[in-house]
Amino acid sequence: MSKNHRGGLSRRSFLASMGAVAAGLNFAPRSVFGAEEKKLNFYNWDTYIGENTLADFTKASGIDVTMDLYADNDELFAKLKGGNPGYDVIVPTNDFVERMITAGMLEPLNYDLIPNFENVDTSFRDAAFDPGRKYSIPYMWGTIGIGYRKSKVDGVPDDWKWVLDSDRYAGKIALMGDGTTMIQMAMKYLGYPLNDTDPAHIQEVQELLIRQKPNVKVFAEDNGQDLLLSGEVDIVMEWNGDILQVMAEDDDIGYVVPKQGGLLWQDCLCIPTGAPHPVNAHEFINFILDAEVGRDIADFIQYATPNAAAKKLLSAEYVTNPAILPPQEVIERCEVATYNGAEYARAVDEAWTRIMAA
Amino acid sequence: MEGWRRNPLTFWIFAIPPTLWLALFFLAPLALVWVLSFGEKAGLIDIDITWRLDNYMRALDPLYLQIFAKSFWFAGLTTFACLVIGFIVAIAISFAPPRRRPFLLLLVILPFWTNLLIRTYSLIAVFRTKGVINDGLEHLWEWGNAFLVWVGLGDAQLLGAEFEPLQLLYNNFAVVVGLVYVHLPFMVLPLYAALDRMDWSYIEASLDLGAGQIRTFFSVVIPLAMPGIVSGVIITFVPALGSFLTPDLLGGTDSQMIANVIERQFKSANDWPFGAALSFILMYVTFFAIAVRSYWSGRDPSGRTS
Repeated sequence: MSKNHRGGLSRRSFLASMGAVAAGLNFAPRSVFGAEEKKLNFYNWDTYIGENTLADFTKASGIDVTMDLYADNDELFAKLKGGNPGYDVIVPTNDFVERMITAGMLEPLNYDLIPNFENVDTSFRDAAFDPGRKYSIPYMWGTIGIGYRKSKVDGVPDDWKWVLDSDRYAGKIALMGDGTTMIQMAMKYLGYPLNDTDPAHIQEVQELLIRQKPNVKVFAEDNGQDLLLSGEVDIVMEWNGDILQVMAEDDDIGYVVPKQGGLLWQDCLCIPTGAPHPVNAHEFINFILDAEVGRDIADFIQYATPNAAAKKLLSAEYVTNPAILPPQEVIERCEVATYNGAEYARAVDEAWTRIMAA
Repeated sequence: MEGWRRNPLTFWIFAIPPTLWLALFFLAPLALVWVLSFGEKAGLIDIDITWRLDNYMRALDPLYLQIFAKSFWFAGLTTFACLVIGFIVAIAISFAPPRRRPFLLLLVILPFWTNLLIRTYSLIAVFRTKGVINDGLEHLWEWGNAFLVWVGLGDAQLLGAEFEPLQLLYNNFAVVVGLVYVHLPFMVLPLYAALDRMDWSYIEASLDLGAGQIRTFFSVVIPLAMPGIVSGVIITFVPALGSFLTPDLLGGTDSQMIANVIERQFKSANDWPFGAALSFILMYVTFFAIAVRSYWSGRDPSGRTS
């Protein structure tokens, strides 16, 4: 909490003080004059950076990186909502980038400090959720699809029906524990737009998922790939990168984006408002956009990189893997989730509570 | 207790730090959440404090009441199982030779040295389809089947054509077992403390005077242990009621507890006022349960032994 944010007891400072309590009163030192201390606090997803990226960055710049991990965007948002507890670089997904911009939680970027931005593929240099890329640099992108055990599933399950509306694999299905995403994927299955906010359609999705529940083993908390790998389930709705990581361990696992299309996501590097080391943050983002660094990260975590220079350095195996880079016609049927307002958030949460309680 | 009047300085030196600590880190945040529960969302991160009861009214929807009821059922079942198992463990420890007791107590406390998340994940490894229990059972099945083949009954398939793993994980059973596993030490320690203080000559007297083992247990041991039972029940029930990690990780598609709903309000639903109202309802109900319980045990003369 920096001092210049202290005012009267406005609603925001009320929340900020709550954030301070939640963060255990973290009075992060903030250098006002001169060079920043050689530190950087990176708040990232688990297994979402190259094996040696942070060590290489410290070697190249002399800046020590502390990395904390979060499990989902909600956790990231809740942590920063009451005021930045001291993070310099965060990795929100597209719809949360939009939410955080709306809420004034992101710092505009200074592109003079990010010359490596020219490595980014032209199609990623602008974004609907952040026009002009004022606040966000694309880090990785991908899809949500179906991971499956080839020996237990007939053919390629390229239809959402197999997980959302069928008892063919009853008891061997895992869906996702994130209510909003689940409801949006079911919208695609029913032929509606991903970001459909129509209450009647939400009701229809609710009925569909309640009907399917007896066939579903578990709504997995970001560990659907482990359930698939351990044989707990045979077919699972998951993020492509998670499935790819277990595909590397087990040849019997496959991944497909169903023909109805699904969700296309993009994780972005952003600097949260109140970051104690903004200059270091820019240097770090620029480092990540380096072609070789980008290649090492993408090669290690097996997500699709928007870095065109890095992609050129990647193996043919990576570039031709449809689970990393899906076929163009499938991509065209996918949609990006946007921030759809508070009323939608409430309607979706109530529907999800009903689905879980049914 | 008039001592503090004679040594006011000493009293304040010892009283002020814990009071400040309590006020700053418990009462103040709690008060903020309480105020928040009368708020209304105004935009993404702003909240208007309107002092209206809308959030509480919304929480009284049958949807949420049903989830409250389910949480109470889970927590009650957990507390009962902990009480039965905990009593056996506590009696076993208090009957153990005095030299071994610290070691046995250490074994009870030992799980606390490991993070809850890790303990829960290890339960997954034990319970899952290809986990420790099912692997063990599968070995037994194979030996049994091999034996049947050896005695010439192989074709009869008395044990089934193939091993059917038990579905131990991702259901309500797994949630309650997980909750019992996590909360058992909370029950064992106060029970042991009560039993350890107990004067065992009462039991000898009861047996000498002709009461049977069972009657002695229910008419002498339990009343004497009542303070330990009451505190054990409260410190098991309250955290069990607010569990969200265990149902999240071990539960199936219908294992949602109220704390999962509260967690979502602070995360995906981004509705802090409603989450705060749900939290406070949970807290009021807990206070009420404790008040009723202590009133009841206060009236019962056997509950005032220590």
